[in-house]
Amino acid sequence: MAVAAAGNEASALASRRLLRAMLPALSLALVLAAIAYLNPRAISYFGFTLMLNLAVPIALATLAQMFVIAGNDLDLSIGPFVGFVGCVTATWLRDTPLLGALVLLGCIGVYAALGALIHLRNLPSIVVTLGMSFVWQGLAILLLPKPGGKAPDWLQAIMGLKPPLVPFPIIAAVLIAAITYFGLMRTSYGVILRGTGGNAVAIGRAGWSLLRAKAALFALTGLFGVLSGMALIGITTSADANIGNGYTLLSIAGVILGGGEFVGGRVSPIGAVLGALTMALAASPLLTFMHIPPDWQVAANGAILIIVLAARVLITPKGPDL
Amino acid sequence: MSDLLRRLAAKPWIWSFVGAALVWLAAIAFTGGTGAAGMLNAAMSLAVFTVVVGVGQMFVITLGPGNVDLSLPANIGLASAVAMKTMGGDDRMVAAGLLAALASGLAVGLANYLLIWALRIPPIIATLSASFIIQSIDISYGRGLQIKPPPGFADFTNWQILGIPVLAILTLIFTFGAAIALQRMVYGRWVAAIGQNRRAARLAGVKVEPVRLATYALCGTLGGLDGAMLAGYFRGANVDIGNEYLLASIAVVVIGGTSVAGGKANVPGIWGAALFLVLLLTMLNTFGVSPGLRLLLTGLVIVGVITAAGGQKAVR
Repeated sequence: MAVAAAGNEASALASRRLLRAMLPALSLALVLAAIAYLNPRAISYFGFTLMLNLAVPIALATLAQMFVIAGNDLDLSIGPFVGFVGCVTATWLRDTPLLGALVLLGCIGVYAALGALIHLRNLPSIVVTLGMSFVWQGLAILLLPKPGGKAPDWLQAIMGLKPPLVPFPIIAAVLIAAITYFGLMRTSYGVILRGTGGNAVAIGRAGWSLLRAKAALFALTGLFGVLSGMALIGITTSADANIGNGYTLLSIAGVILGGGEFVGGRVSPIGAVLGALTMALAASPLLTFMHIPPDWQVAANGAILIIVLAARVLITPKGPDL
Repeated sequence: MSDLLRRLAAKPWIWSFVGAALVWLAAIAFTGGTGAAGMLNAAMSLAVFTVVVGVGQMFVITLGPGNVDLSLPANIGLASAVAMKTMGGDDRMVAAGLLAALASGLAVGLANYLLIWALRIPPIIATLSASFIIQSIDISYGRGLQIKPPPGFADFTNWQILGIPVLAILTLIFTFGAAIALQRMVYGRWVAAIGQNRRAARLAGVKVEPVRLATYALCGTLGGLDGAMLAGYFRGANVDIGNEYLLASIAVVVIGGTSVAGGKANVPGIWGAALFLVLLLTMLNTFGVSPGLRLLLTGLVIVGVITAAGGQKAVR
């Protein structure tokens, strides 16, 4: 590469980075604008509280997915895992809080162990988590064969908070995004963790334990998965073994909408949360306002995903080469 | 002899067959030897459907990281409805129905590629969005209709010669062809080359985009074929008929020894892994375990098998 061209390239790269960082916010703005156009009354405290009802668990599951993606892995079991956590929350965590808490901590331990196993045996994470999705689903059905259970009261109270001025889901989303942003993007170990996705060999040569990094990323996924399941049950108040199944695909879509990439450790916590909010809004409120018949609601979901991604292509001059 | 064994053990696909044999033996040991042949026969009949989509998924996955077709279940569901509606229960329309199912699958494959290419988005997201749309088309197209397949077609999909399902024989021939296409033909070599290093492949003169187009089209078409056959075998189309083939198609490819990172594939492993998965379910059913426990054990066995077989050494 010629020296003269390098300066140009650097500024082009910088503006592309800025655009990339802006895209998730623009996508969300697009969906919000559509909702505001279709039903201006929805843009209110009450409207947002209703529309973003399920945004908190979706955002948490998306962040969970983001941690494994940061390490170039993929978790296909996050949905069933969220469902299993939901079942534990609605049964053991209410009836025998100590046992429930221990089981949930154990789940995070299982995730850390999976990360270690994947690293030590050099396994494809897609298959391991595919297998685990059966495990979590099976455990959930064993624990709660029929929909039921009841959320602990304190959890319902937290999820049902009505803070003044700003709706709870928005405050929660901002808080979650800020904490994850500082943890993963601004601490030195966060840089190491993302570095394992960028160039694992380099991080290893620099003296960092790749085993510990992989286990840490998976443990974080487990932690956020647990939080997501608990938040979900705090809203729905009762559980069902299949309650989280949609979250696997929703979380992957959220990370990608948020500007994350499958390889290279390129992820963005704030983008992921914005992506999750976009998915949550596009999933049902937007469709209800557009009067889409039930048969076509799923299609409209897919179409919205495509439109938002198409907008991404129009804005970025040249997309990421995958 | 030991040389042969060593060479066999070095094959990436051998473990899936070892797993299938072990599961089969465990099931026979439990029943005390009764139904051993019947179990194998039933496993062959059911494995066929996983093998057909598994081959399509294998070519897609071999294209390299991120390439996967998540639209298979929706594709299968739509094709089953298209096939049954076109056949309309009439034996004379079987060929037309099959062609319609293939066309429906091909259209899905082309649409998938169009999204990937035009929107420059990861195939996971593209095929996922496409599957939502296909699912809705299927719901609205085949709504509430349970059209039976023509008797001749239904009999054909269940037909056996000397105790061997005819569909299994045909699929065996088909996979033989797929193995030749993968290992000995320019198309297969190009797919593997793209999976190993897309940039190097392009610089070496491989027509990357046409090959990708062909691969997604092939996978879609196989999904369409599978939909028609499933509707014949289970005597009717329905929206959920393909649901289990999302995970199954990916699982057989990887358990069969194909690299998820792309660039390295094999066809025999798909048969081994499909038989393994079906026999595993058969075994758990003979043991009479509850649905929850069955899922739990299936998951643990998949994780166990992949751990025992070990991952591939890094290519680069």
